[in-house]
Amino acid sequence: MAKGIRDKVAILGMGCAKFGERWDKDEDQLMLEAYEETMADAGIEASQIDAAWLGAAFDAQNIGPSGIPLAVALRLPDIGVTKVENYCASGTESFRGAVYAVASGACDIALAMGAEKLKDTGYGGLPVRTRGTTHDMIGITGSAPGNFAQLASAYRGVHGVGKDDLKRAMAHVSVKSHANGAKNPKAHLQKAVTMDQVLNAPMIAEPLGLFDCCGVSDGAACAIVTTPEIARALGKTDIVTVKALQLATSNGWEMQAQGWNGSYFHTTRVAATKAYDEAGITDPRAQLSLIEVHDCFSVTELVTMEDLHISKEGEGWRDVLDGFFDADGQLPCQIDGGLKCFGHPIGASGLRMIYENYLQILGRAGARQRQDNPVFALSHNLGGMPNQNVSSIAIIGRAGA
Amino acid sequence: MSSFGILAFGAYVPITRLQRSAIHATNGWFAGGLRGLAKGEKAIANWDEDSVTMALEAARDALEGIDRARVRRVAIASTTLPFADRQNAGIVKEALNLPDAVGALDVTGSQRAATSALLAALGGGETTLVTAAELTTPKPASEREMTSGDAAAAVLVGNGTPIATLIASHSVTVDFVDHFREAGEAHDYDWEARWVRDEGFARIMNPAIAALLDQAGVKGGAVDHFLVPVAVKGVPELLAKQAGIGEGAVADTLGAALGHAGAAHPLLMLAAALETAKPGQRILLASFGQGCDLLLFEVTGAIGSVKPRLGVSGWLARRIESANYAKYLFHRDLLPLDRGMRAEQDSKTALTALWRNRKAVLGLVGGRCTKTGTVQFPKSEVSVGGNDHAIGTQEDYPLAEVPAKVMTWTADALTYSPDPPSYYGNIDFTGGGRMMTEFTDFPQGALDAGADLRMMFRIKAFDENRGFRRYFWKAAPAF
Repeated sequence: MAKGIRDKVAILGMGCAKFGERWDKDEDQLMLEAYEETMADAGIEASQIDAAWLGAAFDAQNIGPSGIPLAVALRLPDIGVTKVENYCASGTESFRGAVYAVASGACDIALAMGAEKLKDTGYGGLPVRTRGTTHDMIGITGSAPGNFAQLASAYRGVHGVGKDDLKRAMAHVSVKSHANGAKNPKAHLQKAVTMDQVLNAPMIAEPLGLFDCCGVSDGAACAIVTTPEIARALGKTDIVTVKALQLATSNGWEMQAQGWNGSYFHTTRVAATKAYDEAGITDPRAQLSLIEVHDCFSVTELVTMEDLHISKEGEGWRDVLDGFFDADGQLPCQIDGGLKCFGHPIGASGLRMIYENYLQILGRAGARQRQDNPVFALSHNLGGMPNQNVSSIAIIGRAGA
Repeated sequence: MSSFGILAFGAYVPITRLQRSAIHATNGWFAGGLRGLAKGEKAIANWDEDSVTMALEAARDALEGIDRARVRRVAIASTTLPFADRQNAGIVKEALNLPDAVGALDVTGSQRAATSALLAALGGGETTLVTAAELTTPKPASEREMTSGDAAAAVLVGNGTPIATLIASHSVTVDFVDHFREAGEAHDYDWEARWVRDEGFARIMNPAIAALLDQAGVKGGAVDHFLVPVAVKGVPELLAKQAGIGEGAVADTLGAALGHAGAAHPLLMLAAALETAKPGQRILLASFGQGCDLLLFEVTGAIGSVKPRLGVSGWLARRIESANYAKYLFHRDLLPLDRGMRAEQDSKTALTALWRNRKAVLGLVGGRCTKTGTVQFPKSEVSVGGNDHAIGTQEDYPLAEVPAKVMTWTADALTYSPDPPSYYGNIDFTGGGRMMTEFTDFPQGALDAGADLRMMFRIKAFDENRGFRRYFWKAAPAF
């Protein structure tokens, strides 16, 4: 039986570029921006990095294939750089590569970078792309809002939630995230919005209006990981360790068989159960201090509250409306503003979430700092579509917790 | 009585009926003379239809309840075949999921292509599916735009218990050019209507009809259904009078309800006539185009034993009115709207992959696990669901005729679609199998979870860079 990753790896440093429409920068400059902050935090030299992982999804639109763009941007010292792509879970995937390398003992210090430049396409939203030769003949690519909107109708049908109730709960998700993002200087959107604004916004894909959708932006985020022992040897006293790293990938069951009802993420439920087990968490609703989830759309976040076993099935919308996940609620969700305000530079998002959790645990989150000494913080990355996806969960926390 | 003849018939009419008044509302300032034609409606194919997809639907209509293994040959007649060099009948064959050992024939080049194909089939001795379809291409503000409409029809000919048999036929071939469309040209060019009527329809058809009746030993008065697929008002009556055919026998040309569907129109009118024909009646089908084909049928006692799924009347009843002339023009590439960058996606088809997956792509053939019974689309080496990882246990499981229901759906305004919003979602087939597919032909507001569906063969995407089109199956409201 695998023993899991718990407390085997510590985060030595993290950094995050300013997300947004970075018309002025190429992706290598954004990676450098995140890297410089990370290195200053870690307090090491580039020569101490043994290996690196780069997460990027739409490589045709920005940096191009392979690990070379990262090696060149940072002028890494001839080390192995692995490029990973796993849809929107690519950021967490790069973190997983670096963490596993350290845990295996193959590396002392490893770097994970997530990067994406989406604002060079000439149009809003995610770039249109192929999903493979055969898929393109028989499948649907559609748009992200179109695919995720289907959660809403299925959720309403399965749980008997009224259209207006769900729309209001979805709107609350976005209003809450905007309020949080307004306090974050690195967020793309730093403006609060009202319920009325959200409810009356133009429709993108019924029932998702403009404010139910996260933005698309440029960004990069970075982590350097090592063992807790090396971290201490390097002078770190406040140690944040990785408690769990889980990934679940659809095998076609949701899309092709008939057991899934369309209202939830099968993979997230599987990954969450395994992650709590790995982290030794028995009551996530009570034990988690903070969560950063993949709020590509308001309805995704809402449903994810249930799939993470925090809200009861069919009651996530009530918790949302009760303010349970607000910044001053019991369990803040997207205290940094989330994808909603950061936008979603695909490869960078997973690491951006971990970055926020890391800052919060260390008490370095400035105006948005949670005041109850966060212990466990979860981040969740979801790539693909409700009926076929990759779900990843990372839990980090105080060493020893 | 001969055991060889028409065994079944069907039709297809696209769901959208463009109001001719809407055409005139836009073009009237320019083509005021067409005011008199600005009434009624015409059937227009959706953006994702062409002569092949329409012919296929007519074939399915005709083959309802019939063992498809009987079909030995497939023919398609049209002057608007999508491919100049790729057997169009072969696409129909694949979409019908017929065995590979069948013959195929594309017939084109004239308004009487379908009757010529039908005559060949009736003279051939093998069970042949004759389809005809036309995606009409009238020039905006032309009379032809007012009178034309898109439709398809199909007739199954062969040995068995025919519902009608051919008792005589007569053909004339003369290079009478009443209109023409050179290969590659977008629109037809028409000569003066009065000349066409007097020198064409009358001078060519009258003696031919007389010759046919003479040959058959049948008096004009003994014809019960006189089918003249000509859009020009008064012509069928004129010909009937000359031939001594009773006024009551002159069939409705379907002009008011759908328009003239070009080379498909003769078979369409035949399909309409067979819906109401009685045993012993005689049907005279007279098609015109660089001469004429005349076919005289006698209806047998078996009429009524074979019914199309919907037939012309059923298809005419399945309709959505539209006054959106601009949308029609856009769908025919006659109005170059700014489609945005999302429309720039390359839709190149790997012909190698299409060949490997032709049953799934063109025939909607999925798989059924012989161990677990699980049905799925597409077929795969290892079955979906469950822990049985046996390899290669699946057998072909055709899904095209299986009813389905909407599981989830979306109206996506972001994805490029020629007909936004793009409707797609997950559907469940009765008896197992799930897929995500596009929805088509849904009236506004009618799409919801649980809605009943029937799969239809449509164009999935156009590859404009290479001049290719990709076909696949979409889900339409059940009928």
